[in-house]
Amino acid sequence: MSLAGGRNWRTVAALLALSLAVIPLSLALGNIRVDYTLVTVAAGGAVLGIVCGVLGSFAVLRQQSLLGDALSHAALPGVALAFLLAGRELGWLLLGAGIASWLGVLLINSLVRRTRLKQDAAMGVVLAAFFALGITLLTYIQSRNDASQAGLDQFIFGQAAAIRRQDVVLISALGLAAFLVLIALWKEFKLITFDPAFAQANGFPLRLLDVTLSTLIVIAIVLGLQLAGVVLMVGLLIAPAVAARQWTRQLDQMLVLAGIFGGLAGAGGAIFSGLQQGLPTGPLIIVVAVAIVALSIALAPERGLLWRAWRQRRDRQRFAAQQVLQDIHRHATQHQDPRYPAPGGMLVALRGPLARPALRQLQREGLLQAGADDDWTLSERGLERAQAAARNQLLWERYRQFGEELGLPAVTVDPQQPIDRLLPAAALARLETLD
Amino acid sequence: MNQPPALHVEDLTVAFDSRPALWDVDLSVPEGVLMAVVGPNGAGKTTLIRAALDLIPRAAGSVRIFGEPVARARGLTGYVPQRGSVDWDFPTTVQDVVMMGLYGRLGWLRRPGAAERTRTRQALEQIGIADLATRQISQLSGGQQQRTFLARALVQDARLYFMDEPFAAVDAITERAIVALLQELRARGRTVVVVHHDLQSVPDYFDQVTLLNVEVIASGPTAEVYSEDNLRRTFGGRVAGIARLTEEALP
Repeated sequence: MSLAGGRNWRTVAALLALSLAVIPLSLALGNIRVDYTLVTVAAGGAVLGIVCGVLGSFAVLRQQSLLGDALSHAALPGVALAFLLAGRELGWLLLGAGIASWLGVLLINSLVRRTRLKQDAAMGVVLAAFFALGITLLTYIQSRNDASQAGLDQFIFGQAAAIRRQDVVLISALGLAAFLVLIALWKEFKLITFDPAFAQANGFPLRLLDVTLSTLIVIAIVLGLQLAGVVLMVGLLIAPAVAARQWTRQLDQMLVLAGIFGGLAGAGGAIFSGLQQGLPTGPLIIVVAVAIVALSIALAPERGLLWRAWRQRRDRQRFAAQQVLQDIHRHATQHQDPRYPAPGGMLVALRGPLARPALRQLQREGLLQAGADDDWTLSERGLERAQAAARNQLLWERYRQFGEELGLPAVTVDPQQPIDRLLPAAALARLETLD
Repeated sequence: MNQPPALHVEDLTVAFDSRPALWDVDLSVPEGVLMAVVGPNGAGKTTLIRAALDLIPRAAGSVRIFGEPVARARGLTGYVPQRGSVDWDFPTTVQDVVMMGLYGRLGWLRRPGAAERTRTRQALEQIGIADLATRQISQLSGGQQQRTFLARALVQDARLYFMDEPFAAVDAITERAIVALLQELRARGRTVVVVHHDLQSVPDYFDQVTLLNVEVIASGPTAEVYSEDNLRRTFGGRVAGIARLTEEALP
């Protein structure tokens, strides 16, 4: 088990290499001409995806996946109001979006705290109210026939073509600031995500940390609005984290992986939408992100569907082989001859249809010898193996019954494990001599 | 002689939606005892712990821990919440969870180092799950989850522990391990308040008991207050065999 961490970091590195390889490969396959605009757009998408993937992981683990949805929708009236007050200046629009979204956080929190609304209902109400207000304002702005409002609706579905180099710099700088806060408050965020009550009991200011974490998520949302749009922003927050969760069992690795997947989705979607005028970026980013999720759910080791199906099959077969070996051993012991053959038909009757493949496997491993008339004899090694398994079973049984009385070291009872490897020799000797 | 009690609760009232969950609770837990809190479902046992730790607002009353207000006594208290209160699919390991018990002591910006890892390993060994240190928490059995939480409380090195249903749905081995831990804590002069559901084992495991049903029915040394009469007043007529139980269990 101690190797698991190392193995998983290797998985992370392999997935990073794969992600980095996909982009030049798809450029070459799609015969895409690399120009300044494309590089800008791809860089913007990648940085954004990284920031969203990392911060979105916390939303997913806190089972607040839809908080991102509510908050991105809540940003829209902020964009519209900022436009009405300050004109079409990106900095102001994003500031407006951030303030509106942040008010959304506070409103959801206080609805949950002060009323009997549950979190999901509170988020639904806030989402609908803010989004309705935002659409109303946007429609009003568009009806004014003011030329400067052109492109304001890009905030709904996102538009990569609009992104400029200074936007990429802005996204990177704010994203970096968010990461610094995340690193500084790492253990606190981990604690309030896993066990908020325990955090509070240890004197951590839960509400303040909660709002800080939500603020970081708001920053990610605001940065992404231009590119992904309010409607699908949640996908960029959630999908990379969901995919990353499949591949790892450690929080730090999950965040790194979510960043990688987010970056891949952001860059990929932005590149595709940059290919032609009028392709919306948000939906394309999400298509790429969801493809990564689908692949991860299918393929990831341990949690992936294919892996689990394969492991289940393998376990069933191994277990059947163990049992059949024991059956033959027991049968031989009953006849007081370790080489007494067992009839195949009896083993099938005992263990069902898995007995046949089990017999073949044991034969391949050289533990059994097949006789002429479908009967099976333990080989020298087979006999050793069966005796060792019987002894293991017996010692575990004794440990379970008497281990505590004898004051033996406490280990987790697991008869599938060789007990020799878990208990010191002195403890084994005491179990051996029990009667 | 004038040592303040480990826990002193006065006139505590907690209400949810204007229905009182705890009503005018007075309670005093002397230092160095094991106290059980028993009562029917909805009696406010968990609420009592959460209010004592200041995790939920009080409608009225005060809580003192070793004579200090709760906010000033954070370093003196340890907490074992109910097992079901967290998501066990969270991506982390047993030793990581146990180390969380040290976060409060570490303070802002500091990360766990060698000293914290040593403390963590000792606690895992003491509670008999050292072999599970690097195990993913989603792979733990119920008893192992409970021991992980106990180890996390142990590293807190508190003087007053609150444990919420640590015996709920654990196997016999885990139950014995928890009892051994409680006795060890008492031997070291620590105070433990345990929400408990098994009426039978109260006199075996605990020196003191609080019978709670929104109000405190009785509280004090087990031998004095754990009577058939008090149990009946706490649970109503609903516990069949209370008479038999107390006859058997009490001297």
